[in-house]
Formats: sequence, structure tokens, C-alpha cells
Amino acid sequence: MAIQQKKHEMPTQAPSVRAHNFDEVALGYTEDIAVEEAQRCLNCKNRPCVEGCPVRIDIPDFIAKVKERDFEGAYGVISRNSSLPAVCGRVCPQETQCESKCTLGIRFEPVGIGRLERFVADRHNERAEASPERPTSNGHRVAIVGSGPSGLTCAGDLARAGYEVTVYEALHTAGGVLVYGIPEFRLPKRIVAKEVEGLKALGVKVETNVVIGRTLTIDELFDMGFEAVFIGSGAGLPNFMGIPGESLVGVYSANEFLTRSNLMKAYRENPTTPIMKGGRVAVVGGGNVAMDAARTALRLGAEKVYIVYRRSMEELPARREEVEHAEEEGIDFRLLNNPVEILGYSNPDDPRDPKNGSVTGMRCIRMELGEPDASGRRRPVEIPGSEFVLDVDTVVMAIGTSPNPLIKDTTDGLEVNRRGGIIVNEDGLTSRSGVYAGGDAVTGAATVISAMGAGKTAAHAIDAYLSSK
Amino acid sequence: MYRIVTKKVLNPSVTQMEIEAPLVARKARAGQFIILRVDDEGERIPLTVAGCDAARGTVKIIFQIVGATTALLGAKNEGEYISDFVGPLGRATETEGVKKVCVVGGGVGCAIAMPAAQEFKRIGAEVTSIIGFRSKDLVILTDEFEACSDRMILMTDDGSAGRRGNVTVPLKELLESGERFDRILAIGPLIMMKFVAEAARPFGVPVVVSMNPIMIDGTGMCGGCRLSLVRDGKRVTKFACVDGPEFDGYEVDFDEAMTRGRMYAEFERHAYEETCRLLGRA
Repeated sequence: MAIQQKKHEMPTQAPSVRAHNFDEVALGYTEDIAVEEAQRCLNCKNRPCVEGCPVRIDIPDFIAKVKERDFEGAYGVISRNSSLPAVCGRVCPQETQCESKCTLGIRFEPVGIGRLERFVADRHNERAEASPERPTSNGHRVAIVGSGPSGLTCAGDLARAGYEVTVYEALHTAGGVLVYGIPEFRLPKRIVAKEVEGLKALGVKVETNVVIGRTLTIDELFDMGFEAVFIGSGAGLPNFMGIPGESLVGVYSANEFLTRSNLMKAYRENPTTPIMKGGRVAVVGGGNVAMDAARTALRLGAEKVYIVYRRSMEELPARREEVEHAEEEGIDFRLLNNPVEILGYSNPDDPRDPKNGSVTGMRCIRMELGEPDASGRRRPVEIPGSEFVLDVDTVVMAIGTSPNPLIKDTTDGLEVNRRGGIIVNEDGLTSRSGVYAGGDAVTGAATVISAMGAGKTAAHAIDAYLSSK
Repeated sequence: MYRIVTKKVLNPSVTQMEIEAPLVARKARAGQFIILRVDDEGERIPLTVAGCDAARGTVKIIFQIVGATTALLGAKNEGEYISDFVGPLGRATETEGVKKVCVVGGGVGCAIAMPAAQEFKRIGAEVTSIIGFRSKDLVILTDEFEACSDRMILMTDDGSAGRRGNVTVPLKELLESGERFDRILAIGPLIMMKFVAEAARPFGVPVVVSMNPIMIDGTGMCGGCRLSLVRDGKRVTKFACVDGPEFDGYEVDFDEAMTRGRMYAEFERHAYEETCRLLGRA
């Protein structure tokens, strides 16, 4: 039987329908599609896909189990290495990781590894009844700062190894960026809640409403009897461009816009937390966060949504799939455009006019690509005299974040780099003994899976450190 | 869940509560704030700490019922619970080296000014308090201010209690008569803080103001609380939650802060009316 050249299509909600709801876009493989897709795997000897996975899941082994319709067996293989398979199957950039190394991908499309992972995790979660067996405690206590992907992974791995783990979360819900940042239509919150419940069943304690650096310091955690600490506090303060008009009413950071919609549920019909709905929206930036913000704005009822990005489609850092979804839904990409000023309403006759100070447009300038810069990408250069005004009333800045200073400022001897990221060695160890770190707090904004990889590395190192103590 | 240990109605629209939150009570200092949610569906609102009792593990908050969330909170009773209470957030009031201070409070801002005045008194500074309200029935905390002030001046807009006029009147008189303070700390409505800064500017007395912008997480993640300072002619963006909430009153762009503060006025008015209807108070 000849191998099917293309991946089995992921069933999705039709673009015209999904653009108006917050339900998940991708619907997931059925059992039959999953088995057929698994049959595309060549089960090659050198297993390059495993090399491409930051947490080194035994990919061919789990796919072999899917082929045999042993779906629980497949889940067992994945969960040896991943604490959050239902999350990763949805938000990992597989096209640049495992799937980019797939042998089948040399001639055809690679195996849909991410889609299979998602199928296996969802099928398990739908059927799982008995909670996992709780490991015997080894008596050692570890504190985890932050309940995002790096923290949850580190917590899960340590709990399985018998450690008594407490996760501290600053917000009122566990999950970090998985709940405040990534929208419902890409990662339903019930999926995250399920993964957190799984960790609790392993014995992990989750303390919400505790801000490390304020409510408690790292040093106090040691005083409380924790023998090691992992800092996975995530990205920090949103960046702004520094152009005039960024404080006008209707200008958001992507963090604020997404937090209002996701964590605070402003997307619901009668929310308690307000958000700008409708109108014309410009999202500035080209990463996954920009795509999430743009597609959220559309679902909130915007009549027009632009992505404004200063380079071209080729340099756009968002995942291809997200860009395609956004385009299908009708997001208007204004590439090689850069904002220079946000314009606001001002009524000279009435200082109490409620419209005063609200956004009326965004002045942009057209760009062209020049010589490559330090990052290897061609530097965008302004085209003189090409300024124009984009007619919008909401602007969302999705141009990255800078590390949060809270922990650095309250922890003596914790070294950070020039950009404020915590400095760690290859094991995730910081300049302080017993203090480990990983994820965006170290690297600046990156991916869920790289944060999980860092959490895993640190868990391994913490285990080695405490076992030798 | 966090228990409401005591509740006291200070005036028809201002309520004081002590909330059981031992970790916060152990740490909170004057000038810092907390964020709470009343219930699982609620919004997050910041409130400045009005005092705490580490031994009892309680944190005092004083709030004015201005919108849906404060109305819901005000309807809760002693022994009931609120779902979330996190802090202490922001930086504490800087008191170091201050020997003579004028604390200016306006309306419910007096609740925030009071622990700062107490802290200045505790470190041995000479404290002048000027507190202002719209009218007699809105006056709160005079006993507390009397106790921690070397001199207390009470003002009301209509003259129904204390002197008639706003807080800048006695402040200007004092400055014009040659009184000098190491610092003026002004806490109240934005317009009041703006005019305190204007009144003090000719005399070069440092003015610190406490900003209370719209906020979500309060930990330096969302950026909603940003405000602009004008420093040496340049505009600088700061985040009230991690850089503040206290800022140099000469640098803050109050007009912009007022515009941003009104961002959701319409939404909030509807939400408030809806909540009042549900609470049976319309």
C-alpha cells in the first residue's frame, strides 16, 4: 500500500462560523483518522523526531501504540516525558520541532505528530476515571514559583519522583500564560484545568494569590523548609513602542487585552471585566501573541482587524498554522508597515467630552527590507514620505515583554543579564545555591514547549541536587 | 477564601473591613495595596491597605461604594468570605529622612493617607494633616488623624464641618506663611492631587502622590496601570503596580491619568445599576 503523501487534515470549524465564537478552532482527529495517520509513520531506526522534541517524547513508540489502537498505552508513553500532552498537542510549533525532523517529511508531508499527541491526550482525558497512583513521599520539599508551563512541568516531574511540591501562583487561577494568554479557541481552559487537576492528584499543592517577591520572598521559602526553589515566573512588563499616543483610551498591551478576555472572561455575554468590543482594531506585531490578540478582537465583534508588522510575511515569527487561520478568518495583514503615532480625539470646545482622549487612528509609515541585521533578518527601512493613517479605534501592542523585576529586586545574589533575564547554567541553576529557573523568566518571551523543556531539565537537576545532599 | 472578620460602616458610602489574610498582614506596610475579587465571577480591584494586625492575621481595607464590585463587597457581612485577596503589592511609602511632613487626604483617599501619617508619626516626624471632604456626613477618620498628627486641619467643601473650602486653601496659607515641609504626601482624587502639586510648586516642596489607576493583575504583567511622567521635558512610561503607587507629584501627567481613569465609565455605570438592582437597592 502506497503511503499517503499528505497529513490527514485536521477537522476544523469553518472560518465564517468560528470567527464569531470562542469555541476551539481545531476539532481533533477521530479514532479512525488517528490510526490511519499513525500508519504513515515509517518507524525509522534513527528516530530523528525525538531529537526535535524539547522534552524528548518517545514519538515512534507512542505512534506504534496508536497504530495498534492501544490508545492508553500511547498515553502512557507520552506521559513518561510530558506533563501536559493535551496542551502541547495544541500549542507546540511541531513544524519547527519534531515534525521538521521526520524522515517521511523529506519526500512528503511529515507525520502529524502534534495532531496524534492531541488525539491521544484528549481520548485519555475523556475516559480517565481513577486518579494516578500517588508516589511515596521522599520527604523533601520543593517550591515552584509560577504555575505556567515550566512550573507545572517541573512540579509534575518532581512529584512523580516523590518530592513534596508546592506551586505558588500570583493570580487567582493556576495555569499562567495557558489561562491568561492563550485564548479559549486555541486552548480551552478546561484542558488546562484538567492537567492541573492531574498534578494535584499526584500530590502537588497549588497556592494561588501568592506573589513571590511580595507576599513571600525566595529566602522565606527556604526558611519555611523548602530545600530547593524553581522560578518559572514568566514574562513580565509589556513593551510599548515609545511613540506618541500610546496612553490614549483604546490602546492596550496584548497582555492586558488577552488577560481581560481570557482570564477575566470578558468574552462572555455579561462580563464583570470590561473590554473594547467591536470597532476597528489594529494589532501591532507578528508573533503568536499578535495572532491571538487579532483573532480575539475579531471574535469580540470587531468589524475590521489589522495585523500591522514592520517586516514581510517571510519574517513573521508566528506559527504558519496560526497565520493561515487568521487569514482565513479575515484578518487583514498590513505588512511592511510601522506605526509612528497613535492619533486621539480632542474636542477643543468641551474638555468634558467623553470621547476626548480616545483613539481615532494610527499613523503608519511604509517600510522596505534592507541589509540583514544582527538577527540575520533583513532590516526594515522606512520609505520617506510614505506615511498614511489607518482608520482604527483600538490598538493592541503585541511587541514582546521585559522581565518582571519583583523577584530580582527581593532576592540577594540572584544574577540577571543585561535584559533582566535570570542567568542559569545548563541545569537551570541560578547564581544562588538551590535556586533554579526556567521559561520566559530566563529567556524572555518564547514557546510553551521550550519552557516545559526548561522545567524538565531543572526538575532533573533538583532531583540530583537533593538526592546527593 | 478569605474571611471578613469585622465590618464597620464609616459613612453612607464608605465601609471598613478587616479581612483574614495572615501572609499579607505579616508584610503589608503603609502605601501598599492589595487586589481582591468578591466572588468567582468577579473582577479584580485594587484597594490600598489601611492598616494591618500581624498578630490577628488581618488586613484593614476602607472602600467607597462607587461601582458594581464595591457594592457587592459592601453587601457582604462579618463572617462571610470573599474569594481572592492578594498582596501586599506595590512599594511602601518612603519615609526615610523625613522630619516634617504634610499629609493631605481627600475623601476616601484619607483612608490611604491615614496609615502613612501614622507611619511618619511612628518614625518621629512632625506631622501636619489636612483632610478634606464634601460635607459633614462624609467625614471619616478624624479621631485617627488627631491621634497621629501634631496639627490636623479639617476642611469641607460646604463648611458643614471644620473650615469651608478645599484642602489647597490651608496648604497655600501654610506655605505662604513660611512653613516648610520636607515632603507633602497627597492622596485623594486626581484633580485634588494635581492642585496640591500646583500649590506647592512655587515653593519647591517635594510632593508625592499616590496613584490608583485601573489595574488587572497588579504584579507587572498587563500594563493597564501605566501612566506618564514628564521628566526633564521627556515623557516616561511607568507602571503603578510595580513602580508605584507613589510618584513625584511634579512629574505625573494628571490630565492623561484622568482620561484613562474614565475609560470604562459607561460600562461601570451600567454594571453598578445592574448590581444595585440585584441587591434590591435601586
